[in-house]
Amino acid sequence: MKRNSWQEYQKEIADDNYYYVRSCIRQNFFPGSEKAFLDIMRNDVGKNVIEEATHTSCTGIGYHSDIVPMETIMTVVARQFALMTEAGFENFTSSCITSFGIYTEMLETWNEFPETEERTREYLYKATGREFKKPKNLAHTSDVMFKHREAIAAKMKKPLINVFTGKPLRVVEHIGCHYAKLFPKKGVGGSEFPYVLAGMIESWGGEVVDYPERRHCCGFGFRNYIVQANRGFSVANSHKKLESMKPYKPDFIVTNCPGCSMFLDKWQYTIAEMEGNTYGQDGRGIPVLTYEEMAGLVLGYDPWQLGMQMHQVDVEPLLDKMGVVYDPAAKYLGPNGKFIGNPELASVNLNCTPTPTMRTL
Amino acid sequence: MGKYFDKLMEDVRMREGLTSCMNCGVCTGVCPSAEFYHYDPRQIVSIVQTKDDDAIEELLRSDTLWYCGECMSCRPRCPRGNTPGYVIQALRRLSQELGFFVESEKGRQQLALKRTIGESILETGFCIYPKLISPQMHPEQGPVWEWIYENDTNVYPQFTPSYRTLGTGALRKIDDDTMGELHRIFEVSGGKRFFDLIEEHSERKAKEMGYESADHEYFIDIYTSNSGGHTLQ
Repeated sequence: MKRNSWQEYQKEIADDNYYYVRSCIRQNFFPGSEKAFLDIMRNDVGKNVIEEATHTSCTGIGYHSDIVPMETIMTVVARQFALMTEAGFENFTSSCITSFGIYTEMLETWNEFPETEERTREYLYKATGREFKKPKNLAHTSDVMFKHREAIAAKMKKPLINVFTGKPLRVVEHIGCHYAKLFPKKGVGGSEFPYVLAGMIESWGGEVVDYPERRHCCGFGFRNYIVQANRGFSVANSHKKLESMKPYKPDFIVTNCPGCSMFLDKWQYTIAEMEGNTYGQDGRGIPVLTYEEMAGLVLGYDPWQLGMQMHQVDVEPLLDKMGVVYDPAAKYLGPNGKFIGNPELASVNLNCTPTPTMRTL
Repeated sequence: MGKYFDKLMEDVRMREGLTSCMNCGVCTGVCPSAEFYHYDPRQIVSIVQTKDDDAIEELLRSDTLWYCGECMSCRPRCPRGNTPGYVIQALRRLSQELGFFVESEKGRQQLALKRTIGESILETGFCIYPKLISPQMHPEQGPVWEWIYENDTNVYPQFTPSYRTLGTGALRKIDDDTMGELHRIFEVSGGKRFFDLIEEHSERKAKEMGYESADHEYFIDIYTSNSGGHTLQ
């Protein structure tokens, strides 16, 4: 396929004045990334991003677990848009890929079936007294960062270059399914050639790795992870991707989806404990980054201020390759340098055989 | 003939997701669930397309209906513009409306999803919250998560000014007025009724299966039990 196929799928991304909503999963596992997005956009790129305390979950995990009816999530979505309208904003940006898919789906459904929009407006008014305008521009936060990737490149302190070899770092990019598989024209590059992360990687000096299962789902599968009895589905799909990418020797993985970042990190731990398999070049795991963490490192942010100590797979091998200066002893410290203990060691970071107890996971 | 099909067509996702399927199987080819489970989304669409009430009811009562992970990888690939994932969402809605979901092991898990994700939404305003992800229930999360879980009040405040308190930022406590609005939305739009429906049908089934009620023991059993035979390997 032609390398420029992504250009057939372009989307308009607002340049400034964003109404920002958080992600349920990311605030638990990657709160530093959400903070970094706001810091980078406001302080490094100079954009106006507003966040309000009154927004809630979009309830998307409940919707895709089939416990929250469509009429309900539509009304929750309408309330988020009402908050944006009342704040005087028109550009809505979501930190979560599931939410981005939800907002897109509900707007498209209202467009296709106008009676559903009418009913939603009635429900919202009855429940809250609020009214809303639809956003003029809807973007995922990775779209926003893609939009400003050259502004970030202009301030780059640590490009995605291996300081030992002088060659570009090899990066696997993984796009959350609900970014563009639902509505390909709403994603940069569509569902087959998404360019939203690849564009950042290339602008910041790295090399994008292609591999056979590049577009395969990470294996979240909502009920297939949330319910313990079903988790084999989830690890099996991550396993398929990791096996597929291993021969291409990536230096790190970057994703734009809350679940994908977490699963590709945590399932590497599980697979190492259960089977002794690791996927990095050094016999350890492959670090998995969010795009904000990637941008933060490029801009010279401290990895522990970005929250990278919250990953299960150690990121230090990548930090060393990038020439990032960091304090190893500060990794797991609490506020004001307070010692709060360290996590137990894990096979995925040690290049050792699994412990007997973990084989029964 | 067509009773259930007509009911399904009341759901806009059915009207958007199914026009005419030619049974090519591309959806099955790209489906992560089809690689793991005894599962073929093409057959689901094919059954629905027959409008055969008996066949659709069998589906509504089956484990098969609950294998899909809703990744929607099928949607952009269908040469006819169908979305098997949407058809499955509509079927799952109907299965719960009619109480058929409790007749299968995988269907019964809806109660576990309601009790975890559903109740978290109504209690915190978020689908998940750190305390919901206990290391005991989530051993796959590993020792770093366990460290975060046990040191949450030291870890999270480094990244949010309002951990479990009012204000903006990650994992904030959502104010009472906002939670009131969220609850009223669930009441007005049918979300609360749907939660109650899942509880009522689960209670009935739990008693039928010999439990005293759909209590904690029933919850733990449906959350953890896997009778096997679902997967290809």
